[in-house]
Amino acid sequence: MLDVTDLACRRGERDLFSGLGFQLPARTLLHVRGRNGSGKTSLLRVLCGLLRPDAGSIRWRGENIRELAEDYHRDLLYFGHLNGLKADLTGLENLRIASTLDQAPVDEDAIIEALARIGLEGFEDLPTRMLSQGQKKRVALARLILSKAPLWILDEPFTALDVDAVEFLQQLISAQVADGGSVVLTTHQEVPLTRGAIQRLTLGETVDDLDAATPAAH
Amino acid sequence: MFRVFYCVLARDITLAMRRRTDVLTTLFFFVIVVSLFPLGVGSEREQLRLLGPGVVWVAALLASMLALERLFAADYDDGTLEQLLLTGQPLAVLVLGKVVAHWLLTGLPLVLIAPLVAMQYHLSPPAIWVMMAALAIGTPVLSLIGAIGAALTLGLRGGGILLSLLILPLYVPVLVYGAGAVSVSAIDIADTEPYLSLLSAFLLGASLLAPLAAAAALRISLE
Repeated sequence: MLDVTDLACRRGERDLFSGLGFQLPARTLLHVRGRNGSGKTSLLRVLCGLLRPDAGSIRWRGENIRELAEDYHRDLLYFGHLNGLKADLTGLENLRIASTLDQAPVDEDAIIEALARIGLEGFEDLPTRMLSQGQKKRVALARLILSKAPLWILDEPFTALDVDAVEFLQQLISAQVADGGSVVLTTHQEVPLTRGAIQRLTLGETVDDLDAATPAAH
Repeated sequence: MFRVFYCVLARDITLAMRRRTDVLTTLFFFVIVVSLFPLGVGSEREQLRLLGPGVVWVAALLASMLALERLFAADYDDGTLEQLLLTGQPLAVLVLGKVVAHWLLTGLPLVLIAPLVAMQYHLSPPAIWVMMAALAIGTPVLSLIGAIGAALTLGLRGGGILLSLLILPLYVPVLVYGAGAVSVSAIDIADTEPYLSLLSAFLLGASLLAPLAAAAALRISLE
């Protein structure tokens, strides 16, 4: 589904990566690894279309994401370092706005249920600035429960989460892969999958190891 | 599409209602600046009547600048702007929603309070009506043009000053015709029509082009 060829990205004077190519079919998880500063976040932002690559192309279902623009973004869920929550709005309001803008409005009960599933029952009506760091992250991750996007791009989703939440998130990710979606994520943790393939991509090194029989990443 | 526009509009207004100081700051700034001039130049009727339109308009320009810096910066800081860019909605519509909210919160209060502050300048009732009309048409133009500047200077250090330098020259036509309409109304109220028509033309042009330009600028700023 996602087809990346010959991708290169420079930040300032430094080459982060070049000649990067891989294919990400459905039911696959791409685990991007690399040292701090090796360009993981930049790669993810390039894949989202937030950052323009210096060379190479990214195709989604055969079409360039630059041309797809909004149509691509409709199929995409990006979770960045910033939670993307308004501190003065409640978790409920934040999620309602996010789902309306994603053009997949869900009713209030679905949001309350999603928040309950992620362990925030009773916190729905609190402005998110009153929540702890981990709880904020949980509110933001509740978007994953509500989302129907086939492609998830998650940047360090496990940080600041406790053991239970990490386990729950791992379940969500493997459910997404099992349902025919794709996930790209950066993390220093392992993600066990029930079904589907894991590809690994290591930035800043030349050696790549691959679990599944999928096209190689360079 | 309208639902998306309304969603962004309602979101920004809810946020502002939870943090009212930002709205009140702009309003009080306007009231204070306008009130300082009669204290400074003396209370001679004719002089104030000449000064009034210009002073009110300059104060309105500066007041609308004041809140402009935060237009996108708050969303930029907490990552919601990133999410807005990735929603799969036309960004220009989202930008227009934000700009309309900005005007309702900073422009409209100025229009409504203008008659009160204009009393200090001994303006005649018809002149006050013209001033309100001119402000009602002109201040949305200020918000729209300002959005382009706010998007361009997003994330820059010292962006606030740069923003003023970029935007204030572009405000000149609005200032000239806005203040002109009020001055001319002292001679003949019918003469104000071309001024107001020109301001309306600015408004139409700006509402068509400014959201597109601001959306393009946002994409660049977020890279």
